[in-house]
Amino acid sequence: MQLILRQGRIIDPSQQLDKVADLGIDEGRVAEIAQRIRKKGRKEIDARGLLVFPGFIDMHVHLREPGREDSETIETGTNAAARGGYTGIACMPNTQPVNDCEAVTSFILERAREVSKIAVYPVGAITKGSQGKTLAEIGEMYRSGIVAISDDGHPVQDNQVMRRAMEYSRLFGLPVIDHCEDKELAGGGVMHEGYYSTLLGLRGMNPAAEELHVVRDVILAQQTGAQVHIAHLSTRRSLAAVVRARKEDGTSITCEATPHHLLLTDAEVSSYDTNTKINPPLRSQGDVDALVKAAASGDIDAIATDHAPHNINDKMLEFDRAPFGIVGLETAVSLIYDRFVRTGVFTLERFVRLFSTNPARILKLERGTLAKGCWADIMLLDPDLVCEVRSSEFCSRSRNTPFEGWKLRGGPVMTIVKGKVVWSF
Amino acid sequence: MLFDSMGAKIIPRLASPEVTEPRWANAMASLSHKDLLSIKQLSVEDIILILDTAEALKEVAARPVKKVPTLRGKTVINLFFEPSTRTRSSFELAEKRLSADILNFSPSTSSVSKGETLLDTARNLQSMAPDIIVIRHESAGAPHLLARECRSSIINAGDGMHEHPTQALLDALTIRTVKGRLDGLKLAIVGDISHSRVARSDTILFHKMGSEVRVCGPTTLIPWDFDKLGAKIYGKMEEAIEGADVIMMLRLQHERQNEAFIPSTREYYNFYGLTRERMRLANKDTIVMHPGPMNRGVEIDSDVADASYSVILNQVANGVAARMAVLYLLSGNAGLKLKKHSR
Repeated sequence: MQLILRQGRIIDPSQQLDKVADLGIDEGRVAEIAQRIRKKGRKEIDARGLLVFPGFIDMHVHLREPGREDSETIETGTNAAARGGYTGIACMPNTQPVNDCEAVTSFILERAREVSKIAVYPVGAITKGSQGKTLAEIGEMYRSGIVAISDDGHPVQDNQVMRRAMEYSRLFGLPVIDHCEDKELAGGGVMHEGYYSTLLGLRGMNPAAEELHVVRDVILAQQTGAQVHIAHLSTRRSLAAVVRARKEDGTSITCEATPHHLLLTDAEVSSYDTNTKINPPLRSQGDVDALVKAAASGDIDAIATDHAPHNINDKMLEFDRAPFGIVGLETAVSLIYDRFVRTGVFTLERFVRLFSTNPARILKLERGTLAKGCWADIMLLDPDLVCEVRSSEFCSRSRNTPFEGWKLRGGPVMTIVKGKVVWSF
Repeated sequence: MLFDSMGAKIIPRLASPEVTEPRWANAMASLSHKDLLSIKQLSVEDIILILDTAEALKEVAARPVKKVPTLRGKTVINLFFEPSTRTRSSFELAEKRLSADILNFSPSTSSVSKGETLLDTARNLQSMAPDIIVIRHESAGAPHLLARECRSSIINAGDGMHEHPTQALLDALTIRTVKGRLDGLKLAIVGDISHSRVARSDTILFHKMGSEVRVCGPTTLIPWDFDKLGAKIYGKMEEAIEGADVIMMLRLQHERQNEAFIPSTREYYNFYGLTRERMRLANKDTIVMHPGPMNRGVEIDSDVADASYSVILNQVANGVAARMAVLYLLSGNAGLKLKKHSR
């Protein structure tokens, strides 16, 4: 056998598995899970005291290559992901040029084959140049390997265009991932509109800007039958709209939340630290509480980071002039484990569903499971690992995190892709 | 919470009007702050200290030689990224009366127009070792960015829609001088609250000092949760000014409006303009204030602005004293012993 993980606690919701056992890998695939594997492995790993999960998948990452390699490259971004415990990531199309055609998709995949130790799943643009006017060559990108379409960051404003995109996506069974934001209503805001925007004198973004587009997408999804996924859902009302739609007619609409929307409120902006400037913005305590509850109950399907690297020069500006976004790949797993799993808010099973099972299901990847014969993408987590967030140690080329200095317990110690150890602590 | 101490009724001390000694010259009291970034950061005691100091410093303006050596040898940089006449000249006069060396920077004459970031500008200025930097900037939080990077004391002279602390202090000084107190007064702030840093600083200050703060304007120009800053919100001007001791009119900020907040300035005037008729609803001894610049005929009528109950020009005079007090107290805080430097 190629590799055997000895006596780790294996948790795989796809087969209702939670037991201490050996896991054998051969030819890059899961060969056997048993109380004791008698065979010898060419390599063996003592996983006693560790948690063994199907590899985590971040379905919302910005890699910045091509175009802004000073902030992140496919190489540095995927290294960061491996260090963060991810075996696969979906990268958003808002590069320069935009991933809106076969050539850019192929470039990303080609580059990933050369430099990435983990899987890269490109997301194609919905419209040409993400300008919201005409459909991008979705079919050709699909043939080249995109796993979803999205105009993340430049959300489609025209409802007719969105309707056509949803209709068209059905041809290929591609999920439509929407960054929900009515730009007019957001009104050039730089933070959540509420008490803190008033106190700080910063232009507020009305939460209805997100909520209206969520409702639009729900209705269009019901009408077109498209598979719609709401990116970085962040308000109580957005959540209610999604939950209601599912109850009403069993629509397949799904949604994700980010670690920062689960952990931070708009009060964090008080320091005018540009690492708290994010879109959608950090919300009120009430929103955060609702999101946490929904993630614990399963109403939120996935946790995705919206990893948005920005060069320090771009972030060291006045708050209203700095770009939106923070990095997340190297902090997400520890943050959620320490703050929600250790504290008993999320079960371990829910944790794995949020990070692995569900992202794989939504993106229709043959991942997120340790079933026999499946690719051996695996993450090992040490529940007692004590770590502190230090951006200077990041593999990412950017350092824009609001979690600097946070002390956490529990974190990834090994990332295995197709049976190969690609990163270890 | 920011406003923990705000419920407490504290009666500000009124400085004795017969100050013969330059009482402040020996005062060892100082602010426990490096910077003045906002009214939020100040305690009631801090505010009283600044007002008392300003009250004492008014005396300098009455001297034949309007100058004291308090800040001799100190460098103050005035960094104004936004056009300003009133605040800027007020600061400059305050600095000159305290004998500071002054350096004026504005975007048109500096390297900012060549694409330099605020941070680089700040670092460059820092290397000139100024003691105090006075900054006005169109971005909220710009003074905070400077304060994090610079050893100098930073004074916020207005940042975006955030705060304008020295304006609130001079308003408080003006009202205290006329009314003898702040506690228990009814203050109506009327106009474009959303885009006004003065409204924020004033509301926070007067609420802290025990005044009743009423805020009035069209609903589109009152930001969310403004009541949580300690104000009562009014839509109808008549209700807001009834029984008010002080009416503070704010300018309709055309330059900050890129959306339609009101149908027209005419309709605005009809509902929120301070006219003689509306003044009849106020008390006999009600005073009218305006942080300037005024739009006569939009938010305030000329016969109100120029009436005897208008203290708009007192505000300007008090602005110099309030800013002298802040400069004085912050330089003391920097550990620069005043006595060593004065002869």
